[in-house]
Amino acid sequence: MSQIAAVVLVMLATVLIGAFGIRVSRTTSDFYVASRTVSPLWNASAIGGEYLSAASFLGIAGLILTFGADMLWLPVGWTGGYLVLLVLVSAPLRRSGAYTLPDFAEARLESMAVRRLSSVLVVLIGWLYLMPQFQSAGLVFRTITGAPPWTGSLLVAVVVATNVLSGGMRSITFVQAFQYWLKLTALAVPLAFMLVAWWSDGTPGLAPGDEWALPLHGREHPVYETYSLILATFLGTMGLPHVLVRFYTNPDGRAARRTTLVVLTLLGAFYLMPAVYGYLGHVYGMPESDTVVIALPGRLVGGPVGEFLTALVTAGAFAAFLSTSSGLTVSVAGVIAQDILRGGVRAFRVATVLAVLVPFALAGVARSLPVATVVGLAFAVAASSFCPLLVLGIWWRRLTTAGAMAGLLAGGGLACAAVVITITGGPHTGWAGSLLAEPAAWTVPVSFTVMVVVSLLTPSRVPRGVARTMVRLHTPETLNVDRGDWRPRFM
Amino acid sequence: MTGKPRRAAAGTRGQGEGAATTGKPRRVTVTSPRTAAARRPRHPLTREIDEQTRLGEVYMGSLVRTQFRLALFVCTLLACVVGGLPLLFLLAPELREAELFGLPLPWVVLAGLIYPALVGGAWLYVRQAERNERDFADLVERR
Repeated sequence: MSQIAAVVLVMLATVLIGAFGIRVSRTTSDFYVASRTVSPLWNASAIGGEYLSAASFLGIAGLILTFGADMLWLPVGWTGGYLVLLVLVSAPLRRSGAYTLPDFAEARLESMAVRRLSSVLVVLIGWLYLMPQFQSAGLVFRTITGAPPWTGSLLVAVVVATNVLSGGMRSITFVQAFQYWLKLTALAVPLAFMLVAWWSDGTPGLAPGDEWALPLHGREHPVYETYSLILATFLGTMGLPHVLVRFYTNPDGRAARRTTLVVLTLLGAFYLMPAVYGYLGHVYGMPESDTVVIALPGRLVGGPVGEFLTALVTAGAFAAFLSTSSGLTVSVAGVIAQDILRGGVRAFRVATVLAVLVPFALAGVARSLPVATVVGLAFAVAASSFCPLLVLGIWWRRLTTAGAMAGLLAGGGLACAAVVITITGGPHTGWAGSLLAEPAAWTVPVSFTVMVVVSLLTPSRVPRGVARTMVRLHTPETLNVDRGDWRPRFM
Repeated sequence: MTGKPRRAAAGTRGQGEGAATTGKPRRVTVTSPRTAAARRPRHPLTREIDEQTRLGEVYMGSLVRTQFRLALFVCTLLACVVGGLPLLFLLAPELREAELFGLPLPWVVLAGLIYPALVGGAWLYVRQAERNERDFADLVERR
């Protein structure tokens, strides 16, 4: 009962804080990016809140419990991805003035074709990321109420759509920042109680000869899969649509870097915890599932305190569903509204409904995989498409329109194909299964190679304004230089 | 629009620093006409960059290269640590079972120590990247 109360409370808080933002968002530009009036700590908290999805809150602990030490790389990669993003992308991306990935593609390559292809990829990645959020909302809702899974998915979908429709980005920023601290508390407080309980049980450890805790163990091709996972997570972070849109709310490139540093710290603090949940789950013999985080506090700490702690983690889980889904919905809806519909606030509203409805439908029909596995696939697609586009676009003058198109099509296309085969037809076994389940190790090199080779073969198609764009991307804002007149279209 | 006042602000800060070292409130211009001519070239470097002259391109190229080398250095370091750990566990299986503080070594590293290392690396990078940009701004504006 207390769990249901906790869920209702989180939903109400989300809607109320969101409604508070309505007063501020008046024009289209406000609606999208909060007029860039967000301070660095708020911004970093919001990025953290938006980023820590059900995959981080529930999924990592579940996978660690199931597969053991190799899954420790998942949170490491999801944090370390921000270091790669920081050094290669953050400041130049902010200086480009783009607020979505398609904007960046257009600004850098001066091509509407590349822009449209990027839009399609943003929508695909967004939907692939949203689908497991809705699925695990259904799973958790079933665990606490016994209701069929679609009811939980529907509940989250409706709250997200309402929230995005009513407040836009401004309200999302407030909601997200609140969600980060809620999620941190919801995982940390029960953990403290559980560690005390574990201590008073005489600190039970692993049974002698237990191979679960050993790295490179438990899966079919552990070395390949570990490296592929590392590549996907470290390089995929920069290509996530809902992360990049946040960089626009920094006042300048320098602030974008500092915000990223704060994000890295906040995420590092959070990701210390799921591994402990997985470890305790194994020591206490919990069943291997995504719901271990929800079940563990009640198992270790009994009585009314245990019930309160269970309610708290449930609240955190719903915060995770709502925050990530809201952020993704804003990004996907923005791209659909601007590049597929004709633009304007009305198109944004139609697009929001579309952005939520499709993954909600997919969540009902698709095979149910662990949430962190599917989110990992979204990272692989991002790493094989947007990572090369951003890295080469920012640092390599000779990137051409044709090269970018070919690389996006090859890398993004192959990764998407692997994802579809894994989700619809899987689980496959043997080498084919491993290559399809963790595609990044081959799709990322393919994408980079195709982009570079095709660019070198088509030197006449280097964008004309590349010199000016480089000035814009790399010179500090304090210098008074001509940065060109490209501006993102606020519809 | 935003460039000009900031540039003016940067100039004021420069004067403030000068005042701190010499103990005088204001910078005094030396009155030789030749020196004045040398201090104010007809083409400031920002204009070389704006007009995309060869000199401007050389300066821009140097900024991009400096920042890229720094980024590449951090990425290489990261790749060695992150790529090296699974390799280490593969080649030295006894490390998989080693213990530190009573916990399995791989867990202590991957679920604990690696996070502060990432934050530390990021902090050092931000410091150096900002220093590079300051150096570039000084180079371009102090002519």
